[in-house]
Order: sequence, then structure tokens, then C-alpha cells
Amino acid sequence: MSSESEGYPLAQFRKTFFEECAELLDALQSNLELLSNGSGDGETMHAIFRSVHSIKGGAGAFSLGALVAFSHVFESLLDAMREHKISVAPEVMQLVLRASDALADIVAAARNEQPLAADFAADIVAAMEEVLLGAADAPAPVSQPGPVAPGVDLSGERRYRIAFTPHSEMLQKANEPLLLIRQLRKLGGLVARVDSSRVPPLDVIEPEAAYLSWVFELDTGVPQSAIHEVFEFVEDDCDLKIEDISIRAVVAPVADAANPVAAVAEKTPDAPVAALTPTQSIRVDVDKVDRLVNLVGELVITQAMLTEQGTLLPVDHYPALIQGIEALAQSARELQESVMAIRAQPVKSVFARMPRIVRDLAATLGKEVRIVTAGEMTEIDKTVIEQLSDPLTHMIRNALDHGIEGPDARIAAGKPRQGTIHLSAAQRSGRIVIEVSDDGRGLNREKVLAKAQDRGLVAAGAILSDEEIDNLIFLPAFSTADVVSNISGRGVGMDVVKRNVQSLGGRITVQSRFGAGSRFTLSLPLTLAVVDGMVVSIGKETFIIPLTAIIESLRPQAADIHPVVGRGEVLALRGEYLPLTHLHKCFAIEGAITDPCRGIVIIVESESAGRVGVIVDELLGQQQVVVKSLEANYDPVDGISGATILGNGRVALILDIARLREIDGRTDAEWRADRQPKIQHAAVNVREETPHAA
Amino acid sequence: MQPDHPPIAVSQGQGNLDRPAAGENTQQFITFTLGAEEYGIDIMVVREIKGWTDTTMIPNAPAHVRGVINLRGVIVPIFDLRARFGAGLTVPTSMHVVIIVAAGTRTVGLLVDTVSDIISVDPKSIRPVPEMGLPTEDQFLEGLVAMENRMVTLVSLAGLFGKSADLAKRNFSSDLTKAA
Repeated sequence: MSSESEGYPLAQFRKTFFEECAELLDALQSNLELLSNGSGDGETMHAIFRSVHSIKGGAGAFSLGALVAFSHVFESLLDAMREHKISVAPEVMQLVLRASDALADIVAAARNEQPLAADFAADIVAAMEEVLLGAADAPAPVSQPGPVAPGVDLSGERRYRIAFTPHSEMLQKANEPLLLIRQLRKLGGLVARVDSSRVPPLDVIEPEAAYLSWVFELDTGVPQSAIHEVFEFVEDDCDLKIEDISIRAVVAPVADAANPVAAVAEKTPDAPVAALTPTQSIRVDVDKVDRLVNLVGELVITQAMLTEQGTLLPVDHYPALIQGIEALAQSARELQESVMAIRAQPVKSVFARMPRIVRDLAATLGKEVRIVTAGEMTEIDKTVIEQLSDPLTHMIRNALDHGIEGPDARIAAGKPRQGTIHLSAAQRSGRIVIEVSDDGRGLNREKVLAKAQDRGLVAAGAILSDEEIDNLIFLPAFSTADVVSNISGRGVGMDVVKRNVQSLGGRITVQSRFGAGSRFTLSLPLTLAVVDGMVVSIGKETFIIPLTAIIESLRPQAADIHPVVGRGEVLALRGEYLPLTHLHKCFAIEGAITDPCRGIVIIVESESAGRVGVIVDELLGQQQVVVKSLEANYDPVDGISGATILGNGRVALILDIARLREIDGRTDAEWRADRQPKIQHAAVNVREETPHAA
Repeated sequence: MQPDHPPIAVSQGQGNLDRPAAGENTQQFITFTLGAEEYGIDIMVVREIKGWTDTTMIPNAPAHVRGVINLRGVIVPIFDLRARFGAGLTVPTSMHVVIIVAAGTRTVGLLVDTVSDIISVDPKSIRPVPEMGLPTEDQFLEGLVAMENRMVTLVSLAGLFGKSADLAKRNFSSDLTKAA
């Protein structure tokens, strides 16, 4: 199965490299964020440097010239910054942020094998080189607060204590401590002490086990990260502790002369060790995880079938069997949850991009805005995360553009100059809830309503609740910005967000107080692989309607059904007229109920088709279904979005409700076409024109 | 039409797979019947043979598409070969057999009356199908093989599921609906 990837190891390595790049860029981004808002420490700067350095290293191996060249200059700049040769001034920070954007672009271009313009980011490179040149000319910063050991020159030499205890299997992994020690010696003056107390008597000694451990004291001018690099390949196979003991020697008396020991005790807790402990994780191909997810889905279906059959057995005859089935149900559910958890990722990867968007946009708009995020570690399915980025970006942009006022207007309204956007995620009853709230001007309901009436979206004189008015902004082609800006308000607005969210099986609502701000609440399923569905029957067939699309279901009175010439029937519901769709007609199903008053009408809503009443025979129940692809082995079927397997092992198709109305219209047209040649002509024309229209 | 003799047990059928010695220059076919006619299909594309089970209909599909089944979690469409050959719909019973085959990257099932045999054929002995004035889109017969006192017609999967006019037409209409 994996013969392809085995045949092209280079392609495989390349893929891995770009996956790593994505992670490194993410790490770079969040560390830069820390640094620019002042909450970073020395380790942050080193981590930033390491990210760029690793990208450069990998790029070299794949001969990605442009990437190597750019990351080299970038790395030099960062190196100078972490050595304090260049101070982290706002303008330097701005340059670094721009460079990290450019780096991401270059990586993306290399991944997609797209050529870049020859002068791409040339201005950034030039700016970085200029800064570097300035640093080289300037004298070494004497005022730098770095501690200086007595008798040591100004290059910032420090003394590190390195405790190195190889795990007994380290030698078997072809790591030789002597080589590491030699490499350490190259970094500076080294004093090594060996601890041989663990060496056993000769008769029980294992020739391949490591028994010795060392404590080194190293005087060196290189940063601590360079020492870590020496141990890079053995970090997992040894206990390593690196302490900067020059701090102890110099800072302690200054910082806390009265009680040096206490100061040391505070300074030395295992912070460096914590930074060193590798996260226990493995890199797994998503395909493998998906396969596992599918198999577990099968298991759950089989288990559901067994449970169903189990209820038919007399309990007193087969107590152990029934117990076994119950235990199986329990384990299967836990297994499914665990497997789904593998695909889950913290929303941090999306949230981390937002501060930059806010910063850039606020600068463009001349507004002062800060973003506060919470719940970044909330986990959600990888696929959902990937598709969350667009709607979230759009909402943040919207909040900035339409919500938050300019500084002067804010002060006039008695608010702080700086606006605040809160972005939070939390898990609530099996769904993830994401909130975007701002303390801006809120929705102007009068304006929204007037606009909606103006556009014919709401009948003049209709009385709407506040909530209904607020939710008008999700209608297609609705934008309240008086002036169309290039940020938002080009007619593609919240309706696109709503459609994106709905395609993820989610819902979006808005709450707003005029003058005080708005809050958008997104509620999303934790995974796309499982859908809450309503099981319905039409004739002998069973279909699934996604629960997120269903508004309500009812059995109408004959008086509420009105025929409309050429458009079938409509249902009068609380003053609104909804088109009715006969599923049996759409899908040519025999033996179904044709009279809406004897069946059930399910009111469904989709962005493209609006509200539609769908006529089915019966509601069979509500259940979670595992979504399967029909297209793996068959062509796409109009009106069907996927398939699933029910507890009885049979396949049931999942309806694509957005398409039903149109299919119904088409079958109507075909039906008329059979009887009237003239109309047939028109129908054919329509069908020929459709592809051009799209 | 009903099968005129019971189908061989599935397990036995699979056990037979390695029975005839596959010589250097022989090709193996699984033979099956539709009424009195015997057809053969390249053994290499056959994944498994199973009894008929009820299918779930696919809306607005051609008549020879009998719907989809759950094959250990994979959704597999079932094609009625008799209907595909233009000889009317099969009325399936539990005695009918579905041959699961790999058609390109897809897995599909072929509904037939019975599976009868595995034959080893020297490719040189395969004779061309006589010209019978069939339209090009119906050229899913690959050749004829004369056995002792019977004739086996070899079926081409590429002809059935390749770029046949039928498939192209369906793709076209689904493109249309996507565009609309």
C-alpha cells in the first residue's frame, strides 16, 4: 500500500520537511508574538532563532536556494539579537515580523514548487543587512545587563555546569560520549568530572550498556543553545541538565546580597530542564489515522448491530453474552472517543494567526485595538480547524472594520481609546463554542432593518424581534458599511461566514447591544466524521437529513397547502410561504406518501435554497451516523452528500438539502416536458445554459 | 430469469482459485452464468464472491445500477450485468451471486446468476467477438473461448466501466448539476 512512498523516499522526506516547516513557522509566529508583547524571555529569543535555523538546515538538504539565502540573513539578524548586539527595538521587531511573513511565503512557494519573483522580499533582506551592518560597526554594548564573571572578557563568557547521565542503552544507539565531550571542549575551557560509581563488577558488566556519568564545567562565550546542540541527538537517551552557574556567581550578590543562598535556590529550579524535556509525541501520517477512524467507525456499527440483536435474547438464558455486549458497547464508545482525540488539535494554531491580522488591520484603519484570546488549548478535529481559519479571519476583520470605532469616536462615547476584541474557545456538551466579541459600536438595528427593507430582504412593515433583526446580517449580499472598504463590505460578508460555518455542521448567532458591542457565537461539532442525523423513511427507502439543517417538523393541515402554478405547492406557516419538495418525486421512489397532510413536512434551511419544506413518510429517529463517501466507488449523485451505515448493516444515503429544491423543479420541468413539447424546448435551453452561467 | 443450477458455495469457489495449474502462457478466468449463457472475467480483478443482499437504491441512477451495499464498511455499487447487457432486469434471490471486482481504482459488484468455474485459457485460443453491429458503447465483450462443448464469452471491465458513453453521459449530467 505504501509502496509508492517507499519508492520515493526523497519525496517522503520532502513532505516531512514541509510538515516540520509548518510547525516551525507556527512556533516562530507564537514566539514572536510573545516577544513583541514583552512576555518573552531569553529562551523565547533562542527558540525563535532555532526555528529559522532548522528551516535553513532542512532547506539546504533539499537545495532550496532562495529559502536558504533568505533564512541565512534572517538567522544572522536573530543571532545578533539574541547575542544582544542588536536591541529589540520596535522598528527591528517590525522588520522581524515582516521577515517571518516573507519566510512563510517562501516556504509556501517552495512547497508548491512555484517560482518567486527574483526581487521577492529583496527590500526586507536589504533592511536586515543594513541593521546587521549597523550592529557590526557599533561597539559591543557595554551597558548590556548581562552578568559578567570576574576575569572574563566582555564577549559575555559564562560558566555552565552540565550534568550528563547517559541512559544505559545510549551506546546501543551508536552515540559515543567521548565525541560529545570532544565537541564540548571546542566550545571553551572544559573541566570534566566522571562518576564511575555505577560501574558494576566485571562479571556482571554488560558490554553495550553505559554506566558512566559526567559533570562538566564549561567556560564559553557561545549561548546555551549551542551547548544543547551538542547533545541534540542524545537528548532522548540521557538525563541532561545545563545550568548557567555564572549567574550564581555574579548576580546573586547584587540581587540579594543579604541572602545569596535563597536567591540561588530561586534562580536554579529546573526551568532549563523543563525546556529540554522533549514532548512525547510521534509523527503519524493523517491517512493512517483516518484509516483507524474508519475501522473504529465499522466497529461501532457492528457493535450497534450486536446490541440490537442482543435485546432480542432472553436475558436469563444468556447473561454472560448480554453482559459481554454491554461491555463491548462501553469499550467501543471509549475507543471511538480516543481515536477521535488523535485527530483533535488545539485551536491555538488558528488563534495564533489572529493577533497579527488585528495589528496589521488596526494600523491600516488607524484604530487602536488589542485582541485577547482565551481557551487556545481547546481541541477540535483537524479538518474543522483547517476550515475554521477563513470564517474566523472574516469575523475578526468585520469586528475591526465595522465594530470598533476610531480612537476619537471611542473617547467621545466614553470608552477607552483602545478597543478590545475577545476571542475564546470552549467545549460545551459535545460541541465547541467559539466566541468573537468586541466592545465597539454594536449593531444599529434601525439601520440594519432599513437596509434589509431597502434590499427587499424583509417586507415593508414586517415586525421583527431584535434577535431576528440582528440575524439579518447573515443574509446574502448584506453589508452595512456606508463606504465600501477594501477590508470588508464588498457584499461578501457574514453570509459567507455563515455558509462556511454551516458546511462544517455548525451554527452562528449574534448578540449585540447598540453602542456597547457585538458578540458572535459559533457552535461547531467536534468532528466531521460523525453527523447528527434524522433518519426518515420515504416508501421503502431510508434517508438521513443532517440535524443542523432542520428547523422543525410538522404535519400540515390541508388548508395550509396551496398550489402555485408552475412551482408545485407552498405551505403557509405562521404567515410565511414555504415551497414544498416531494422527495419521492425527486428520487422517483415508488410507494411513498404523496399527500403532505398524511406524511410529515420537515422544514429545512440551507444558505443557497433558503427554507424549504421536505415531505417524507415518517420520522424514524435521531442518531449519530458515521459519514462515508459514496464517490469512492461511484459517481457523485445529485441531492446526496454522502452515505452511512445503519445499525442493521444497511446503507442509508445522506441528503444534500441545498440541492433538493432544484431537483424537484427539474423533475417538474421534465414531467411537463413529457406532456408539452413546447416547454421541453425551453427546458433544454435552460439546461444548456447552466454551465456557462456558473 | 432464475438460475438453473445452484451456485457453488462461496468458500469452495475461493478454495478453487489455485486449483488449475496456471501455466506460463495461460490466463485464468472466473466463469459465471446469466441464464443459459456463460461468461468469463479475468480472475485478477475479482476480489470476492458473495451472495445477493438487498441494496439501497441510488436516486435517479440508470436501471442497471441496483444500488449500493455495505461491504465491511465500504459503500459498493452493484451493477446488474443482465440489465447492462440489455436483457432485462434480474429478479434477484438469495441464490444469486455478486462478484466484487476492482474496476480501476473503484470497487464494484456485478450481479450474476451463478458462478460456475475457473478456467485456464491460452491467450492464443481467445477468438475475437464476431462483428454483430453493436454500437461502440456496447463493446464490453473481449473475446470468445471454446471449451469442450460450451462457449465462454469474456467480459471486459474496461468496456463496462471505462470511458463508455453511458458513464460519460452520467458524468456530463452530474457536471451540469454541479455547475447549476
